[in-house]
Amino acid sequence: MKIPVSITINGRRYDRNVAPRLLLVHFIRDVLGLTGTKVGCDTSQCGACTVLLDGVSAKACTCLAVQADGTSITTIEGLAGDDGLHPLQESFWNKHGLQCGFCTPGMIMASHELLRCNPDPSAEEIRHGLEGNLCRCTGYQNIVRAVQDAAAGGSQ
Amino acid sequence: MYAPEFDYHRAGSVAEAAELLSKHPDSKLLAGGHSLIPILKVRLASPSALIDIGRIDSLRGISSDGGTIRIGSLTTHAELASSEVLNVAATALSEAAGMIGDPAVRNRGTIGGNVAHADPASDLPAVLACLGAEFVISGPEGERTVGASDFFEGLMTTAVGEQDILTRIEVPASGPGEGSAYAKFAHPASRYAVIGAAARIASSGGTCTGASVALGGLVPAPVRAGAVEQALVGGPLTEESIAAASSAVADGLDDDEVLGDVYASAGYRKAVAHIWVRRAITAAAGRSG
Repeated sequence: MKIPVSITINGRRYDRNVAPRLLLVHFIRDVLGLTGTKVGCDTSQCGACTVLLDGVSAKACTCLAVQADGTSITTIEGLAGDDGLHPLQESFWNKHGLQCGFCTPGMIMASHELLRCNPDPSAEEIRHGLEGNLCRCTGYQNIVRAVQDAAAGGSQ
Repeated sequence: MYAPEFDYHRAGSVAEAAELLSKHPDSKLLAGGHSLIPILKVRLASPSALIDIGRIDSLRGISSDGGTIRIGSLTTHAELASSEVLNVAATALSEAAGMIGDPAVRNRGTIGGNVAHADPASDLPAVLACLGAEFVISGPEGERTVGASDFFEGLMTTAVGEQDILTRIEVPASGPGEGSAYAKFAHPASRYAVIGAAARIASSGGTCTGASVALGGLVPAPVRAGAVEQALVGGPLTEESIAAASSAVADGLDDDEVLGDVYASAGYRKAVAHIWVRRAITAAAGRSG
């Protein structure tokens, strides 16, 4: 069985026929070739696959592509604008909020959700807000600093 | 991980979902998918079809007439956690919903999917058992309402039959002098409840006039802690009396029923359960004044 879906990703609409069992993350990566979104644990724990689905964060490994039919999705590739990197990307860069970089796309999308819900979070609230995203390199310290920097408009 | 192949049907209404269920006997309902998709991926379930009820708007949202709070089965954990109505009148429920998984999981997971899956390590079943929730189920014979003690039948087993759709959950709103709370020993990696304790306390002038305490996480289906409730009612809500009442929790747990795993043995869970019971009662008592 194939189901027609129409999914807008980073402002561009994609019409495809997909198998019902195809996960949204595989639709994004394998069907469309947008490989910024990662597959880490594949069990909705590590957050490497985090995207924005109609503006709110979702783990794309635990969503079927057919469930996303008609929605608008933002991936890490869609954050930067014509005027350069998104402030969160700038802050992760400036504060060294990454080492190997594998968790970074999901970490930035989860940080986007965190700042949407709480534009001025404390360090403790940042750690809570990002508890669904695992980083095995940084020890999180610089990730927290990066989110604080982005919340402060890049001034820290 | 790929799930086994299945067909997919999208229902636009409860009636349409019921019709699809009767046409496809080996099918499963899909809401947020945060319990179902993981078990499909590890192939614990292999239904021939999924019936997506995730777009039926009549199943979504929280409303209250003052006495009863009605929660549509598609309401997400994020909506439960941020609901003003629940924060005031069913605090334990919004508190527990805010402790589920992480923000992205809470944006997608639903209360109906959560309780229909009935994972013993889930948070909401104990809270709903504590609050005396009722579950409204639509089935081939019409609509019926089931209390929490009959709804949760055992490990991942509920009163929702193969042809049934859980449409809403009704929770009595707390009144003046009542408060509720949830305390959780969360598994450090998965955030699932190793032990979950929910308490609803009514008090008057520092004396406990009513108590409901329920446990999850360490038992196959949520259980009320009757001995703890009896020890509380009529007594003062002091630190000492709450601790003494909480210590009765182990006596009410059947050794054959207590769950254990590589992280926390059954004996360990039973031995420390009173700590989370005490915390839940203390917080609920603080909110009852």
